[in-house]
Amino acid sequence: MMNWPSVDRINWGWFLLAVGIFALLPLVFDTHTATLLIIWALFALSLGIMWGFAGLLSFGHAAYFGLGAYTYAVAVINIGESTLPFLLSLLVPAIVAAIIGGMAFYGRISDVYLGVITLVVTLILFKFMSATAGDIYKIGSARLGGFNGMPGFHTLNVPGYPDISLWGWPTYYISASSLLLSYLVCRWILARTFGRVLIGIRENEERCELLGYNVAAYKTGIFSVSAAMAGLAGCLFANWAEIVTPSVFSLGQAVEVLIWVIVGGLGTLIGPILGAMALGYVKLLLGEQTVIDNSLILGALLIAVVLGLPNGVVPAIRRIWNAARLKLRRRVSEGSTRRTLNASSQVNR
Amino acid sequence: MSGVLETHDLTMRFGGVVAVNNVNFSLQESELRCLIGPNGAGKSTFFKCLLGQYRMNHENGRVLIRGNDVTGWNTFEIVRLGIGVKTQVPSVMNGLTVQENLWLSSRRIHGWHGASGAVAEVARELQIEDLLRRTVGELSHGQRQVVEIGIVLVQRPWLLLLDEPAAGMTGDEVERLIGIIRRINQTASIIIVDHDMEFVRMLGSTVTVFHQGSILVEGPAEQVLNDPAVREVYIGNRAE
Repeated sequence: MMNWPSVDRINWGWFLLAVGIFALLPLVFDTHTATLLIIWALFALSLGIMWGFAGLLSFGHAAYFGLGAYTYAVAVINIGESTLPFLLSLLVPAIVAAIIGGMAFYGRISDVYLGVITLVVTLILFKFMSATAGDIYKIGSARLGGFNGMPGFHTLNVPGYPDISLWGWPTYYISASSLLLSYLVCRWILARTFGRVLIGIRENEERCELLGYNVAAYKTGIFSVSAAMAGLAGCLFANWAEIVTPSVFSLGQAVEVLIWVIVGGLGTLIGPILGAMALGYVKLLLGEQTVIDNSLILGALLIAVVLGLPNGVVPAIRRIWNAARLKLRRRVSEGSTRRTLNASSQVNR
Repeated sequence: MSGVLETHDLTMRFGGVVAVNNVNFSLQESELRCLIGPNGAGKSTFFKCLLGQYRMNHENGRVLIRGNDVTGWNTFEIVRLGIGVKTQVPSVMNGLTVQENLWLSSRRIHGWHGASGAVAEVARELQIEDLLRRTVGELSHGQRQVVEIGIVLVQRPWLLLLDEPAAGMTGDEVERLIGIIRRINQTASIIIVDHDMEFVRMLGSTVTVFHQGSILVEGPAEQVLNDPAVREVYIGNRAE
């Protein structure tokens, strides 16, 4: 089996360090803030694997995030126990994405139109959910609630025990575990043929088709997996906020995740995670001031990064790190050669 | 005698332009055929029609590959019949290494465990072992041509469609390529589209000349290349 250096490497040392950092993060931030940052990171990761590795840009990834949140809320109100709603919050966005993606990819719609379609779907969902205030907008016993959204549903509970709610630090650790697990799933996907073909499609779709790969099926597959991850983030967000409103489908939400991914570094998995957590934290800090509009600052940050580090922060750091290691290795090698030469000249004397 | 690849009344129109006009073409088992013709003669469109790269139905005629009527099939389905394709501009995955490019091609045919062995074999055959770890985007045009040929060969196709395989290659590379083509031709049928008359002459195969979307003449290379009608439409055009 041949290794693909670009995707196969998983440094377990770094991964364990990340586990340690996530375990201790609530000591630095309050649990509430830390949980939100983790959820945003998961949302960004869901877009990052699809955009960065398969080259599929969805302007409206918030649709699946919102669908995950609403699916959980509606299902948990009707069922009363969170295990099935949790699973449905992954499944429903995945199925919706498979339908939309399938129509787009098998219909040979270009990538630009895909971006437009996904954005339009998000805006339609936003408009629709905002207009569901009346009593007729009920699914089972769950009222959709229009612009005011759906408050007061059960948060996650221990599976099979609806009375034992998980709230506060358990929600944080569930979110952190979901992020780490999703990261490993992404790594696993990329190390398999499926992931490698996706990278091939990103590089040259026509060639992959000429190699006999069903490009539309691969694209639909990753679109669906990515939507499931976004749905998971949405579900966790619903649990964090204890309310779901149409703002989960908002244009702001759709655009922010794009910025997180670009700034963090497209074509990496760690980039979107760090981008979302860093920019998300900046956003929270900025939220406390009223001097200047937050969007202006985030927009300026995006422009600065795009101009200064066109590949994003993580690839830039990686490049510097690799260059430094190479330099160090050269110095060590030169030093050892010099020592050998000195030793041999002393022996000759 | 029915061929491994046949077209019956193949026609492709773009608005008022008839790019391929009622082409009846047949390729036999282990045959090497060169398609030539001036720019705009319809060679590349014909190529794409064979591969299902244009949406077609039976109003466009029929394409038969080993008896399968593939008219309207998707490209990947046609390729899966065992066809290798090299495009006019090297169609490679520039951001990946040579090894990764070859592996992706090899994986579909040879499986997860057999893919790397087949990659090594083709790299040895094409003498590109030293390029395996290089990113394809960094290579010269000629080297990328060789990599693309490797991508095609690693799937061990029984029918090869090569669009200008020698373009941008050095003299040595062209000679090596001719050797490789002759070797492959012992077990596979090959269609080559090329402008380079010297290359076509060196291959010494049957030649089909396209002109204004139709087949003008077919026959042995020397005979066709000396045909006054061919000189008029092809060589004459180039001389101007």
